[in-house]
Amino acid sequence: MTPAGKAREGKLASRSVQAAFLVALIVLWYLATTRWGVSSILLPNPVLVVRQLWDILKSGEFVGDLRVTLTELGIAFAISATSGVTIGYLISRSHYRIRVLEPLFAGIYSVPIILFLPLYVLFFGLGPASKIALGATISFFPIALNTIAGFGYVDKVFVVAARSMGASDVQLFRYVLLPAALPIILTGMRMGFTVALLSIIGSETIASLAGLGHRIVHLAEGMEMARMFAYIAFVVAIALILNTIVSALEARGKRHT
Amino acid sequence: MTGEAAIRIKGVSHHFGEESDARHVLALRDTSLDIVRGELICLIGPSGCGKSTLLNVVGGLLAPTTGTVEVSGKKVTGPMPHDIAFVFQENALFPWNTVFENVNLGMVFQGVPRAGREARARRSLEAVGLEDFAQHYPGQLSGGMRQRAALARALSLETGILLMDEPFGALDEQTRMILGEDLSVLLSRTDKTIVFVTHSLGEATFLADRVAVFSARPGTIKQIISVDEPHPRKPDFVTSEKFTAIRNQLYGLLHDEIRKTVAETGVTAGAEPAP
Repeated sequence: MTPAGKAREGKLASRSVQAAFLVALIVLWYLATTRWGVSSILLPNPVLVVRQLWDILKSGEFVGDLRVTLTELGIAFAISATSGVTIGYLISRSHYRIRVLEPLFAGIYSVPIILFLPLYVLFFGLGPASKIALGATISFFPIALNTIAGFGYVDKVFVVAARSMGASDVQLFRYVLLPAALPIILTGMRMGFTVALLSIIGSETIASLAGLGHRIVHLAEGMEMARMFAYIAFVVAIALILNTIVSALEARGKRHT
Repeated sequence: MTGEAAIRIKGVSHHFGEESDARHVLALRDTSLDIVRGELICLIGPSGCGKSTLLNVVGGLLAPTTGTVEVSGKKVTGPMPHDIAFVFQENALFPWNTVFENVNLGMVFQGVPRAGREARARRSLEAVGLEDFAQHYPGQLSGGMRQRAALARALSLETGILLMDEPFGALDEQTRMILGEDLSVLLSRTDKTIVFVTHSLGEATFLADRVAVFSARPGTIKQIISVDEPHPRKPDFVTSEKFTAIRNQLYGLLHDEIRKTVAETGVTAGAEPAP
């Protein structure tokens, strides 16, 4: 067998183990609700959940909340990506600024910023603005830190080689610094996107007026457990799709480097 | 040697760091040298003797602390992309560009109009035997092929002067030998002036019209040995008595300097010349 064929077979084997694990989990869930007497208030029957999910999709009820969450995410990520890359680049241009600001940013990045949600709500209200501000803050740090790392540690020999051939400042940036830094910046953007999504949905469940997180909590408070689980499944699917898209974009930008 | 000087090095010294600094190093001391148009001169010496420093000063990548360098009568104050091209030790190709794009980009930086670039890129890739690898990325090539590509990039700039900083230093002995032979053939067809830094006595003897031997740090040129043998040099030159005699003479000159360097730094790695 060819090495490629072997690799494919290995991948197939691990994929089937993963699928079997998920199927087993659902079977256990089903048995727990039908045979082992777990209360449907705690854990609704999976068949019921699927029926609810179908209803949600068919009725289009999810559209409003999905739009709110995706708009918040889009604006938050646009803010953090532009400001993170710009500020990261400006910092990377001086050793002094890297030495002072990089550890500071890394320190703030390790603080769970979601703790400041009440403050954000006070400042920006219960609506989307507070989610956007929080998501933008949280995703700014991985993007800025990776931009600093990307631009700040470009191999000096590339810069010297370009200069020796007469590269101008603009050419140096366009043809050397940017392509050298891009893979690391893209990784930062993927990380930033993921934490923005997590923090926005998370903060919607804590204090909000609309959005997918808001809907889930609302259903929980109304004891509509099957529908709540259906929404959770829906959000998981959306998150998976978004992360797949972002990872694919990242891989595309990293070709050949 | 007679002829017009392409590069005139006058009283060049260079130190790194401030005089008061603990890390202050005098790398190069009061060095003068005239390099004749069309010759290949090798700079050879113990580690840290300042031969690479001198190359960078000549290329305008480092400003000398004292002294001046003139290229074609002009004082060097910064990179001179129209007169001087570099080949660095390794990995100076941009890994995100194909071989062709790398060669092309050098000409973009130098300011060659678009119309002329393609043909020049093809020509220089053919000259180094890489025409079939134009669309490969550097990561897909062997070390020797990468250095050929770097040489093609430098050739495409069509400068009168080529500065090569241990270009084959990271390659194995066999690859190095072949590249040396090919370089000698290539050079016999051009009238380029070449300054070639190397650790290898054999490489210096095989390639150079003259070999400048450096003293231990703070380095300066101790002696210049002429190698009177026309280019392209044949592989059997290596086994000739003349080759052996020159190589041994270089070894004798270098040996004491290397001992001095080792005694001073306590470091032996990389200090001994390759055979």
